[in-house]
Amino acid sequence: MAVPELRHLIDIKDLSLDEIDTLLALGDDIIARPADYQDAAKRKKLATLFYEPSTRTRLSFEAAMLELGGSVLGFSSQDSSSATKGESVADTIRTVQCYADIIALRHPKEGAPVVAARHAAVPVINAGDGGHNHPTQTLTDLMTIRRELGTLEGLTIGLCGDLKFGRTVHSLIAAMVRYPGTRFVLVSPRELRAPDYVLEEIRRGGCACEESHTMEAVVPVLDVLYMTRVQRERFFNEAVYVRLKDSFILDVPKLAHAKKDMIVMHPLPRVNEMSVRVDENPHARYFVQALYGKYIRMALILKLLGRWGA
Amino acid sequence: MKIDSICNGIVLDHIEAGKAMRICAALGLESLDCTVAIIKNVKSEKMGRKDLIKIDEMIDLDLNALGFIDPNITINVIREGQLSEKKKLRLPRELFNIVRCKNPRCITTVEQEADQIFCLVSENPPLYRCAYCDAAYHGK
Repeated sequence: MAVPELRHLIDIKDLSLDEIDTLLALGDDIIARPADYQDAAKRKKLATLFYEPSTRTRLSFEAAMLELGGSVLGFSSQDSSSATKGESVADTIRTVQCYADIIALRHPKEGAPVVAARHAAVPVINAGDGGHNHPTQTLTDLMTIRRELGTLEGLTIGLCGDLKFGRTVHSLIAAMVRYPGTRFVLVSPRELRAPDYVLEEIRRGGCACEESHTMEAVVPVLDVLYMTRVQRERFFNEAVYVRLKDSFILDVPKLAHAKKDMIVMHPLPRVNEMSVRVDENPHARYFVQALYGKYIRMALILKLLGRWGA
Repeated sequence: MKIDSICNGIVLDHIEAGKAMRICAALGLESLDCTVAIIKNVKSEKMGRKDLIKIDEMIDLDLNALGFIDPNITINVIREGQLSEKKKLRLPRELFNIVRCKNPRCITTVEQEADQIFCLVSENPPLYRCAYCDAAYHGK
């Protein structure tokens, strides 16, 4: 029997729509029957290599692996690895793969997971690379939308905040352009517009897209409002960050004219772009979104460990 | 001006005027021992002005580098004084260690000896993107 090929997840476009469907269905099954999966990754090890701080992504990866009966090793900051001594990503990966069966990598430099995948003999998952991509957050977002709205088709998605450095936005757009009937509404200050390659992706996908500089005007047409934080760590100039950080703040009055079923999502962490008063609002879904992140990562780990298609 | 015709070698024709020296550098022609004629600003009916390079030896050409610098070049292969083959170039699908990514956030700016890879995403107008960070390169 042929050995299934080694797969990585670097970019959400690495997955076909069928493969995304398979992952979402597996995630649903894990939620419905968790006991069936408690030993599914027994004796397997996940290495979490986080060169940047993280709460949700790292802990949800680790919780996912532990709930599958596997174990976890790794580091949670650049300072606690040999990167401080100048070790390259390639050498780190060639070393870590001696100790782990699968690797989740977060790195501040864009494209670091591509380097990792080129040198790895075990699956590599991009857990966020600079302001570039964050495919497992996108799987989380797709699972949230599908479970909360029942479909991924024909939706109007509003993306608000830092669309330039917001890697979760870039990956979500790359995924949603492939679903029929998607419309995008992009709300950001001019300096934080989505990069041209992301806008190009929307055009190539043939999706309707409008750009707006006010949130209030667009809220009534949205099925999903995806809020993002202005990312201080991506700015070379602090003064620009300070000027832009409060551009869009979501509060309860702004949701007054939203559709009844509209959901508010956020990859978190939030700073002040979303009032805590929104947390109790029936539109809010961002904490359940964080929970789904664990289940979809369980599904992904299982699929990649099983050498997809086995 | 008279340039001797070549017996066995390669003529790069229809080079956009002004690009001959860049091609010379990209192909490493200055290190060859054979005769190399670089002819600039030749009158051309089709192009107005063009550059031309004659290499009096059969050498391996880096077609990717050549296609990237100027996809409209015609390669004439000369054998025993006769034109034996004519090749047209295309924009290469991938640029491997030909241009460097200028995005300061790209991993290639810090990773030791990482290959520089750009992939073609659009032919007209030409547009390449870094395989690591998606930064655009317009070929200029």
